[in-house]
Amino acid sequence: MILKVFFLILILSFCCKTLLLGQIYVESPDSIQHAINSAQSGDTIIVRQGVYKEANIKVNKPLTMLGENFPIIDAQGKGYVLEILSDSVTVSGFKFINVEQSYTKDFSAVHVYGVKNFAIVNNVFENPYFAIHIEKSKWGVIAENIIIGNAEKEHNSGNGIHMWHCSRIEVTDNRIEKMRDGIYFEFVKHSSVKRNKSKNNIRYGLHFMFSNDDVYEGNLFENNGAGVAVMFSKKIIMRKNTFRLNWGSASYGLLLKEIYDADIIDNTFEKNTIGVNADGSNRVMFERNNFNGNGWAIKFLGACYGNKLLQNNFMNNAFDISYNGSLNGNVFDKNYWSDYTGYDLDKNGIGDVPYRPIKLFSYIVNRTPETIVLLRSLFVDIINFSEKVSPIFTPDNLKDFHPLMKPVK
Amino acid sequence: MLKILKYGFFDLMRSRWSYIYFLFYLSLGFILLFLNQDVSKAVITLLNIILILTPLIGTLFGVMYYYNSREFTSLLLAQPIKRSNIFLGQFLGIGLSLSLSLVLGLGIPFLAYGLFQSTEIFNFFTLLLIGSFLTLIFLALAFNLALIFDDKIKGFGLAILTWLFFAVIYDGIFLIFMLMFDEYPLDKFALGATIFNPIDLSRILIILKLDVSALLGYTGAVFQNFFGTSFGMFFSLGLLLLWVIVPVIAIVVKSKKKDF
Amino acid sequence: MITIKNLYKDYGKVKVLRGLDLTFKKGGIHTILGPNGSGKTTLIKSILGMVIPNKGTIEFNGEMIIGKWLYRNDISYLPQIANFPQNLKVKELFKMIDDLRPGAKNEAELISAFQLEPYLNKKLGNLSGGTAQKVNIVITFMFDSPLIILDEPTVGLDPVALIRLKKLIRAEKEKGKTILITTHIMSLVEEISDEIVFLLDGKIYFKGTIEKLKRQTNQNNLENAIANILEGSYA
Repeated sequence: MILKVFFLILILSFCCKTLLLGQIYVESPDSIQHAINSAQSGDTIIVRQGVYKEANIKVNKPLTMLGENFPIIDAQGKGYVLEILSDSVTVSGFKFINVEQSYTKDFSAVHVYGVKNFAIVNNVFENPYFAIHIEKSKWGVIAENIIIGNAEKEHNSGNGIHMWHCSRIEVTDNRIEKMRDGIYFEFVKHSSVKRNKSKNNIRYGLHFMFSNDDVYEGNLFENNGAGVAVMFSKKIIMRKNTFRLNWGSASYGLLLKEIYDADIIDNTFEKNTIGVNADGSNRVMFERNNFNGNGWAIKFLGACYGNKLLQNNFMNNAFDISYNGSLNGNVFDKNYWSDYTGYDLDKNGIGDVPYRPIKLFSYIVNRTPETIVLLRSLFVDIINFSEKVSPIFTPDNLKDFHPLMKPVK
Repeated sequence: MLKILKYGFFDLMRSRWSYIYFLFYLSLGFILLFLNQDVSKAVITLLNIILILTPLIGTLFGVMYYYNSREFTSLLLAQPIKRSNIFLGQFLGIGLSLSLSLVLGLGIPFLAYGLFQSTEIFNFFTLLLIGSFLTLIFLALAFNLALIFDDKIKGFGLAILTWLFFAVIYDGIFLIFMLMFDEYPLDKFALGATIFNPIDLSRILIILKLDVSALLGYTGAVFQNFFGTSFGMFFSLGLLLLWVIVPVIAIVVKSKKKDF
Repeated sequence: MITIKNLYKDYGKVKVLRGLDLTFKKGGIHTILGPNGSGKTTLIKSILGMVIPNKGTIEFNGEMIIGKWLYRNDISYLPQIANFPQNLKVKELFKMIDDLRPGAKNEAELISAFQLEPYLNKKLGNLSGGTAQKVNIVITFMFDSPLIILDEPTVGLDPVALIRLKKLIRAEKEKGKTILITTHIMSLVEEISDEIVFLLDGKIYFKGTIEKLKRQTNQNNLENAIANILEGSYA
């Protein structure tokens, strides 16, 4: 067997003149698959500029695949473009087009299956069905890729970076637009998502399902169906992200569903219909976030226990907090509320009168959603004011006892 | 009638109050734009002010003008002028001067801050159009009340009450009703109830044009389906027009029967 | 010139005119007298079309006038209370009336007769009661109408102006015009009236010359004659 392989490589090395000290050059119309087949583990394959009409290219040994001036690999709608089936593969500098669109199989431009130590860096994906699809893999880096799709409907579009049963993956500095989900994590552990820009995706900018112990930081989520959805996950750390313009009748900046022990720190939520939609979220720490110009800054649904909101800025939201169900054991403390009208006689920067973040109208709208048609009616202003002066309906224990006089910087 | 209109118009244009009204809008426009430079945000703030203020001012000016010019009106009545023309002329004269105060008072600052470069220009004009409609509607209602009640205090009180009803009380009843029957689908009801109050109708018409419409959620979608179509738009503008025409006809009918 | 038949008018429960029949001939000064609330002003306003009667007809120059308005071209009216738009200047008011009503005017003559020149640029709101009444008089007499109706024309006038007013009324009479006056000043009535109409409880109680009234009541003083009627009717 080993002899056979050796023999094959020997023959191939004679055929390809480009074989040179671990570096293999491929030039159109040569086949990339041939080059891979002829390469030895650890070789570098350099693909020159040009168009390569190849599909289902299998990388089955540790190789470094480099594109020179973004050679185009065109799968002509026949399945995957590149399949990484070996550990220690690097793919960089390619442009992938024409991935097959299928309703039965999740074809992708780059498919990674059951490997370790891979890197997919600095590639361009144009209208892929799925762009990067990773299954059962570890220790990978996905960085600086540009993924631009043309998704219009959820059922016939794919995700930008899709991971399933992975761990220790770093997703950094990618730009993803117009996909279904920008980045999708399902059963992904100990991974990070940093400095990505995920925009105009029709479903979520970033989507976690059953994924624990992950971090996402410094990302921008703009104008997605919803910015980020974190569902059925534990111990997710969310820091320094910007959630903007996720605006539409059912849009969120951040959707939390059945999650435990998350940290949401130093994020900015700006102009989202709902800044954070927290459905069954427990022990979540909201700290130093900016909520600016959202319809609802935070909407709590279902049972939400033990959440803490400290030192956040709530500025010019139509509703700061809304909830239905019980809000027991949640703490609001030392936040800045732009609607706060109290005073600070001792000049310690903390208002002397507690702030109630739930307006009566917000409470009514939660009970009977249709009443929202009275938005901006004078009557609503009047009942909000009278409720503020002498609260009857809104829960008495829901107060920020130390509202700040100035926004947290 | 045109002559009466002209005199009513100039009479009011000359008065201190319409200057104050004009200057109020002028300074409001400049202050709003000075504070945030953002035409679209200013339009949202203006929405609330216009929805409350134009009906109130229309109501107050209507009764005030009617009662103050009662003797002068009877001087006119002795002249060879058709009765209905006197009141229509006065109504249109005040309506025009109030609408002009609104349009110019807000138009000047917004033009100065580059309205024409803004995408909000259409919303802004809708706002002014609706503000003018509300002015005329409440002016006509006030005229009717003043024609019915010779007692100034009664007329004033009822005019304010009318304004209060449409601006506040109606929405209160509307809200209570929705809370009471919240197990039923309420979208159609909400749509109907909105249409029959000119202030609510105006509010929804403008909100649907603005970004905040996303807050209306599912109910908003029902509204959008109705008002978003050109039929809905014409229908609602027609309704506002009807809200002007019916009280104006009532003015004509009442003025013909009234003793002076 | 004016024929009123079976005229009824009530303001709710208060019945003011109760089947009034009255004819005014063309020419001369006709004074309408009667106690407060006898229906003098209502009668005048019915003729002017300002009050809509419940029942009855009014004929003016052979034309039924209830609900019409063009006939007012032939009537000049001096209302009881002179109240004008506060913001208008005197001059502007004249111009405005001028503008509203077609026909020849002689306001310049009247303005000088009542010495109103200094007030022309004043706002109407700032005028004294007497001056306002003068303005009122000018507005009434500036048109050349066959019928002139004066409701309490002497209110607030100084003696000089009063003399001028009487002169004016006589001059108009000389031109062959019909003049209707209501007043409580008996000396004025005695001085200028050709005919007296006495209204009581919404009906004509007396119609005729002053002499006839004096004769009928056996009084040689008009004031006493009137008082006699009133006492008689209430006795």
